[in-house]
Amino acid sequence: LADLHGTAPKPWSPASASTEPRKIARDRIVLIMGARSQLWSIAKMSVTGGVIGVTISDRYVTVVAIKGHSMHPTMTATDSALRGDIVLAEKACLDQYKFSRGDVILFKCPSNHKEVFVKRLIGLPGEWIQLPASSEIIKVPQGHCWVEGDNAARSWDSRSFGPIPLGLINGRVTHIIWPPSKIGRVERKWPEDRIPPF
Amino acid sequence: KIIPIEPSSPSAAAMSRFVRRLAGIPWRQIAGEASSVGLLMAQGLCAVHVVSEHVLGVAFPRGPSMLPALNMAGDVLLTDKVSPRRGWVGPGDVVLLLSPEDPRKIVAKRVLGMEGDEVTYPVDAGNSDATKTVVVPQGHIWVQGDNIYSSNDSRQFGPVPYGLVKGKMSYRIWPPSRIGSIDSKE
Repeated sequence: LADLHGTAPKPWSPASASTEPRKIARDRIVLIMGARSQLWSIAKMSVTGGVIGVTISDRYVTVVAIKGHSMHPTMTATDSALRGDIVLAEKACLDQYKFSRGDVILFKCPSNHKEVFVKRLIGLPGEWIQLPASSEIIKVPQGHCWVEGDNAARSWDSRSFGPIPLGLINGRVTHIIWPPSKIGRVERKWPEDRIPPF
Repeated sequence: KIIPIEPSSPSAAAMSRFVRRLAGIPWRQIAGEASSVGLLMAQGLCAVHVVSEHVLGVAFPRGPSMLPALNMAGDVLLTDKVSPRRGWVGPGDVVLLLSPEDPRKIVAKRVLGMEGDEVTYPVDAGNSDATKTVVVPQGHIWVQGDNIYSSNDSRQFGPVPYGLVKGKMSYRIWPPSRIGSIDSKE
């Protein structure tokens, strides 16, 4: 009783018996109502924040943790997701699907739509690419692109599964934001020797 | 507080009247109301985006490639966005997908085969009866328009990765005479 009222409890007497319980009950109801409306407003704020967060992540910019070693040393992963590199990817490029050679992109794996890969875009639609193994020259079809990982030895990419439709692209990686030693822009680069100059 | 200073000329008097009126407008209250209306509108737009991208959207397909199931124009279809993500798409479903020839185009076609299925299709509909049989590769699907005489589909651009599927169209809500689910014929 002292906790509820902040004062020492008054000694019981027949006169006080009729009003005290009702006051305590009313105070308890006010506390419960206050807690419930507190929870309700926290729930409302979480849903609103979640909806706004999903929209921003779908349309503007999203944060991705790198798994896999195909882009080493540009981006490295470790066995624990918390200590692998974390990157920022922008979604504005998905409006017109205009990319540049050397962009690092996120895309759905063509043989498993649930997996997302990160690789560098080496060939744009209509460009000619020299296959490293057979020195054949192939043309990247319209609406497709040729992707390769920076770490050629550990990268499963277009050299195995061919050019991928641009529609599989999820975003373009622009910055590394973790670890602090690697914070900065992700620069464009591509193997000059594999793309004929015409 | 504004300390009134005797104006030295008629134009200075007009200026000081103007400044006094400006100070009388409740700027802070207007800014507060505008930002709360703006925030409400932003929340509403975000909610619309989340629902139409991840739950249920609306599509207005056009073109002759899915006749007679879909009209050339004027149909309004509900697109289910949950099913493709969960893999609940199978042969006979009409799906929306990004075109492998131009990712800015969204096309509606019927799924004829999932990964591992054998699909037999007419190579040159209308001119010959020749058919070809292919096995759909892993992670891909074979899509064809119902109107094989006028459809640019997997017969031209090959099997497409499942990741290009953006929605499943299962229900028509316009025109009123054709409201109902889209038949799924194998």
